[in-house]
Amino acid sequence: MKKEITVTINGTPQTLEVENRLLLVHLIRENVSLTGTHIGCDTSSCGACTVLIDGKSAKSCTVLAVQADGKEITTVEGLATAEGIHPIQEGFKENHGLHCGFCTPGMMMRIKELLEKNPNPTEEEIRWGISGNLCRCTGYNNIVKAVQYASAKMRGEELPSTEPEFVS
Amino acid sequence: MIKCKTSREIGGMGHSIKRKEDDRFIQGKGNYVDDVKLPGMLYMDIVRSPYAYAKIKNIDASKALEIEGVVAVVTGKDLEQYNLHWMPTLMSDTQMVLPTDTVMYQAQEVAAVIATSRYLARDGKEAVRVEYEPMSPLMDPYKALDDDAPLLRPDKEGKTDNHIWHWEAGDKEKTDSVFEAADVVVKEQMHIPRIHVASIETCGCVASYDKVENHLTMYMTTQAPHAIRTVIALVAGHVGLTEEKIRVISPDIGGGFGGKVPVYPGYVIAIAVSFLTGAPIKWIEDRSENLQADSFARDYHITAEMAGTKEGKILATRFKVLADHGYTDASANPSKFPTGLFSIGTGSYDYNASFMEADAVYTNKPPGGVAYRCSFRVTEAVHAIERITDTFAREVGIDPADLRMQNFIKKEDFPWQSPTGWEYDSGDYHAGLELAMKTVDYHALRKEQAEKRAQGKFMGIGISTFTEIVGAGPSKDFDILGIKMFDSAEIRVHPTGKAIARFGTKSQGQGHETTYAQIVAEELGIPAEHIQIEEGDTDTAPYGLGTYASRSTPTAGAAAAMAARKLRKKAKKIAAYLMEVSEDDLEWEPGKFFVKGAPEKSKTIQEIVFAAYTNHPQGMEAGFEATHYYDPPNLTFPSGAYICIVDIDEETCDIKIRRFVAIDDCGNIINPMIVQGQVHGGLTQGLAPAMYEELIYDESGNILNGTLMDYLVPTAVESPSWETGHTVTPSPHHPIGAKGVGESPTVGAPPAIANAIVDAVAHLGISHLEIPITPFKLFKELKKVGYFK
Ligand code: FES
Ligand code: FES
Repeated sequence: MKKEITVTINGTPQTLEVENRLLLVHLIRENVSLTGTHIGCDTSSCGACTVLIDGKSAKSCTVLAVQADGKEITTVEGLATAEGIHPIQEGFKENHGLHCGFCTPGMMMRIKELLEKNPNPTEEEIRWGISGNLCRCTGYNNIVKAVQYASAKMRGEELPSTEPEFVS
Repeated sequence: MIKCKTSREIGGMGHSIKRKEDDRFIQGKGNYVDDVKLPGMLYMDIVRSPYAYAKIKNIDASKALEIEGVVAVVTGKDLEQYNLHWMPTLMSDTQMVLPTDTVMYQAQEVAAVIATSRYLARDGKEAVRVEYEPMSPLMDPYKALDDDAPLLRPDKEGKTDNHIWHWEAGDKEKTDSVFEAADVVVKEQMHIPRIHVASIETCGCVASYDKVENHLTMYMTTQAPHAIRTVIALVAGHVGLTEEKIRVISPDIGGGFGGKVPVYPGYVIAIAVSFLTGAPIKWIEDRSENLQADSFARDYHITAEMAGTKEGKILATRFKVLADHGYTDASANPSKFPTGLFSIGTGSYDYNASFMEADAVYTNKPPGGVAYRCSFRVTEAVHAIERITDTFAREVGIDPADLRMQNFIKKEDFPWQSPTGWEYDSGDYHAGLELAMKTVDYHALRKEQAEKRAQGKFMGIGISTFTEIVGAGPSKDFDILGIKMFDSAEIRVHPTGKAIARFGTKSQGQGHETTYAQIVAEELGIPAEHIQIEEGDTDTAPYGLGTYASRSTPTAGAAAAMAARKLRKKAKKIAAYLMEVSEDDLEWEPGKFFVKGAPEKSKTIQEIVFAAYTNHPQGMEAGFEATHYYDPPNLTFPSGAYICIVDIDEETCDIKIRRFVAIDDCGNIINPMIVQGQVHGGLTQGLAPAMYEELIYDESGNILNGTLMDYLVPTAVESPSWETGHTVTPSPHHPIGAKGVGESPTVGAPPAIANAIVDAVAHLGISHLEIPITPFKLFKELKKVGYFK
């Protein structure tokens, strides 16, 4: 069974004929070839596939493509603007918030919504806020730092130091 | 503070420069294997066994083949025609690619379905009917050698039981006699649980065979592309696929941690099908398949004993291991080391009698085990020595920190010969533990603990002071399938002074594109940002054994430095020629040669390189490139001192890590930011088996937690805010004094956490808790000792 749907992806409306059972993540990755959104599990547990649907973060492996009909999708490829990369992206790079980069796109999309709802989160709020996204590489310390950096930058405040801190 | 020899602009060793690879990852432009799309590509899905041990009576693919878009169903019988139904493991055992008659573990590959889309392949998989005759599986390794145990591997000629191998290290007689005479002997039985690397990217490949050119391109999640190319050539040479006709490309990898070293059946089937059909075949496993079927790690049952004096002097250790390998020994160890480097388990302590032995057995579990972020069974060994050291300290009534300080090998005693035959290169164990203790204010914590205890509260302090062994390895002992474990670097500097360097290793998130550039920058003075790093393509990179076991910095990193030094020698000759002075009159500072006593007379490396192409001395080879294959003279021995503080709810047994301080010594540091990131990640992967992760099977062989829903990878909430620091004791034999760090934290964290939890309840008569230590497990133990009624 196929159905025609129209979704706006990173600002571009697209009309596609899709199978009813097609997952949104496969539509994004295969039908429109935006491979920045990843797949890390089959139980909605890892968050590697997180995108924004009408501004809200969602695990795109748990949404059917037909459910996205008429909606606006933002993927990692839509984070940067003509002015340059998004403060969240900058936060990740400056603070070593990624190793293999596989969880990173989903993590950043989740954080985008988090910071919109709560522009100045505490460390605990950040940790709970990303608890639906798994990272196997970083141990999360530097993801927390990346969020704090992005939060400061988005609020126009002085940026925290990006030098690693060591006990001595 | 880390002193740097180069300026920040050059960005050599010691600078926390930002990672070069990040730009593509943060913009969704990484290229992982599932992103590879080729024209005409078909998709493969795999039918798996619901039983742990069963005869296959029949495979009926007819319903699957009726589905439009399903192209083929491949079974073991099909592969048998090409003698491809079995493959060798790295440990000279054999593993089924697809079974012809018996399945040996739940989730084992049974047949492969090829279709024109991912969804249709899955439809086909659901439609394949397999008839099984289930048998009673052997799940308990302790029962593997019982007389009534089923003989699991009758395919192996002459095999009459389920025993795989026996291994020993150290001096049995001497150790036994020390034990006999000792005042104090302590003993613990421990299990290092079966766990999984669970990298967020699963495994997969696109096998693309070109019938016209007789050429295979294999895009594959592998940590060791060159070794894989050789293995494919050895396995498929008989059908005409020789090594020059094979190109293995390891694209960006979403975490490896050892799980992407083995050759899984899916890869081989994909190659075989592509070879037969001429179409590119994509196989990407699901997470559940990944957890249930890909190589496990650990699963060592250890009896650990320590002998010592009443005054707390350690005199001897004795470890006995039972290793559960599943149905085949598919470990990823160097050939001569069936237990990997387990014999490092004598630890950081100065004594000279130790005996270790291990026996491996077959069971109806998935094969393995891989060196999960661990230099081959070091994690198991370190857990044993660090746990038993605490038990010993408690027995003799000495604080575990004092006892460790009293027994450490002294800084001046390096190089130090261990009782199991290793030569530790360098270390300063006292300095590491002192720094960790000072950071947490150890003595104040002990006071607080005593007060809390008086109020009936549980608080624990755990220490682990471990020695690692990494950088495999010296070619006289270390090989994989006969190939020596050197590694390589090739540097080409272009006329304008910018460079490309290629390596036989393969980053899976470790940041090689940045750190290797820093090593070359350090040696040649060319800014790191102008040095491009490439790995993972066997057509272009020099041969190497790959990235695992913290070996990249010790081997390929050394190769980079050595290749750069060859170039610096050449640069000196050119500089002397250009300035018309003798080489002896020249001195180097990062980025240029200058004339001694006349520093205004100098030539920059860029000028020198340009001359190598435009104005090189007659008789000298033009160009500016060098290659080096580095064969390490010894392994490197990083160390660490970790302290963990836990608070435990005395009613719910909820365990909270209050603080965790990790002091590592990995020798000279290339990029402190990246080293710290590696430590954070490794600590979290050490926390995981200490408190959360274990692959659990029931008696019928069913895996009880084979998905990410119930296999508990720590989130940001479970992970504490790690505190890290370092001491720096360079490796004396390594060209840049570095030791490797990626794995120390995974190795060192579990005993620190376990020791802390045991320490919180030891006064109630608990001397050991098996990891993962969950609140429920702790509750049960507390009940056993009468704390809970
Ligand atoms: S792929 Fe894991 S949550 Fe979507
Ligand atoms: S950076 Fe590798 S999983 Fe997060």
